[in-house]
Amino acid sequence: MSAPKLELAAKDGARAPSPTEIANASLALSEITVSYGEKPAVFSVDAALPRESMVAIIGPNGAGKSTLLKAALGIVPRLSGSVRVFGQEIERARDRVAYVPQRASVDWDFPTRVIDVVLMGLYRELGLLRFVRKAHRERARACLERVGMADFAERQIGQLSGGQQQRVFLARALAQDADLYLLDEPFAGVDAATEKAIIDVLHTLKAARKTVVCVHHDLATVVDYFDHVLLINVRKIAEGPTATTFTSDNLQATYGGRLASTHIDQLKLSS
Amino acid sequence: MPDAILSALLFQAGYNAALVAIGSALLGIAAGAGGTFLFLRKRALISDAVAHATLPGIGLAFIAMVALGGDGRNLVGLLAGSAVSAAVGLLLVDWIVRHTRLAEDVAIGAILSVFFGLGIVLLTVIQTMSSGRQAGLEGFLLGSTAGMLRQDALVIAVGGALALAVLVLLRRPMTLVAFDPGYAAARGVRVQAVDLAMMGLVLAVTVIGLKVVGLILIVAMLIIPPVTARLWSERTDTVVAVAGVLGGLAGYLGAAISASAPNLPTGPIIVLVSFSLFCFSLLMAPSRGVLAAAVRHRRFQRRVHRRQGLLALARNEPILDPLTLKVLRRDGLIRPDKVATDAGRARAAKALRDERRWEVARRMHQDEGASGRYDGLTSIETVLTPDEIAAIDAEIGAPRLAGQGAN
Repeated sequence: MSAPKLELAAKDGARAPSPTEIANASLALSEITVSYGEKPAVFSVDAALPRESMVAIIGPNGAGKSTLLKAALGIVPRLSGSVRVFGQEIERARDRVAYVPQRASVDWDFPTRVIDVVLMGLYRELGLLRFVRKAHRERARACLERVGMADFAERQIGQLSGGQQQRVFLARALAQDADLYLLDEPFAGVDAATEKAIIDVLHTLKAARKTVVCVHHDLATVVDYFDHVLLINVRKIAEGPTATTFTSDNLQATYGGRLASTHIDQLKLSS
Repeated sequence: MPDAILSALLFQAGYNAALVAIGSALLGIAAGAGGTFLFLRKRALISDAVAHATLPGIGLAFIAMVALGGDGRNLVGLLAGSAVSAAVGLLLVDWIVRHTRLAEDVAIGAILSVFFGLGIVLLTVIQTMSSGRQAGLEGFLLGSTAGMLRQDALVIAVGGALALAVLVLLRRPMTLVAFDPGYAAARGVRVQAVDLAMMGLVLAVTVIGLKVVGLILIVAMLIIPPVTARLWSERTDTVVAVAGVLGGLAGYLGAAISASAPNLPTGPIIVLVSFSLFCFSLLMAPSRGVLAAAVRHRRFQRRVHRRQGLLALARNEPILDPLTLKVLRRDGLIRPDKVATDAGRARAAKALRDERRWEVARRMHQDEGASGRYDGLTSIETVLTPDEIAAIDAEIGAPRLAGQGAN
């Protein structure tokens, strides 16, 4: 690790967003710290992610990417910090946020069918007692159609491949009709056809003026898929448009020399 | 004996027997349906800690009621005491898991044994009290329905109905939390509160079940019906409903059987009936049952032989395996002289193409090896989506039917 470089980058990255930036951001994080035991997994991360953009959260394994997302949503408790969504408290904006967890996070032998999982996306609308009606089912089916899984609606979820499971999770998020989509490693371990299907859906979302934020691990596709990046390694290293921020220096600072320079050379980097 | 069971089933074995049968059936429904969410949340064992933690509460409630000059055997009072101590045990398990490095199974074991030990000490103390000899509190260990009163049955009925009402009200959040707690939290569901409600439900069922099956066996009524129901269905709502029906059936049948002969204990008989239903389901259930699995294996074996035979036909190789020949001949794919029929040639060409597709599929979906559906034998159209197949075909090239079998 090159300590001086890290320090410089951290100084630049640690600048807290101004109130105007927070109000205009899709997702604004202020001084988020999360700790498992006494070891901080995420330390004082600030970010103001632009609206109507495709954002990648990038960093090495154990850098706290997923944790940051979970902390923003309140899935894991924050030690400090606050979260605003489109300028509002997150509690008031829950319906505008759709979350796609890592598919490994659930038991796929659970007794439920593909369509039932998608219907979970309508959870707030259905409330506690309302019955699932034909209109709800048709909406769920339309979401499955968008990810190419309409024929699988009645299948038990345990019969799906990994890529198909990921598509079902995406369909559940679509059913919510949110404005901000937070996805945790949506491309991890999926086949090429699924990766294409997912990125197509995400690009449609962006075209519909939605915001998409992905925890992403594949550096080779960052430039093609995303227009904004947030580089973290426990602390924030850098944030900004892919064109100016996804640089060799920032990657070195993020990965702390763990990234072979030959690997970096092969990436389509911004100069 | 069969006549005695029949008359008990038809509520003709006397007033007490009818009360016990109705009470047990209601308890079984509430326990089966409520236990399903615990089972799906993978926290079934915590019900054992809850059940054992009721005992000190029973003892203390008895002592308190006697000290206040009342009747120590008042059922509502005893159940209230048991509910309080079970809740304390439950919260302690939760606290241990949250604030120490101990895992939940250890916490359950510790709370279960300590509370049960304390309860037994209290019961022994009560034995030495002048009013304690006829208290009959040991009945709560394994249940005692002999002296069941109308009001006891009423307590079970009301408690069970309330538990079912809560269950219907909270079925969606409980399902969501059981399947995907992270997503539930992201939607603003208070996961901890839902978990607590789930535990409260189990606690209520346990407390009202003390009189019928006792605290040692109530766990069986909470766990066996959901596990049995899971064998029959792939849908949460159906599993909950079937578990309720199976639990109610076990309660009713068990009570009737125990009423048919003197000295047959109700609780243990109910558990045995429930277990018999489980064994039957394990054997007979479609798709998840043992017999269905055996049939599936046999079909799979034939599919393997058919595929091997077809590939051999496509590649003009001789077929030697007798089972392969038998399968192909039965399907009309080869003539008795081992020459392929028209149908056989067409199927062979398709098999060869499927084989190529699977080859590519396995390369493109390397992580799926474990899922079992990438066996290369299932027709690829039922396993992959059309765009996935298109990606594979793009890799293979234009759909040309290679091999000798093509026409």
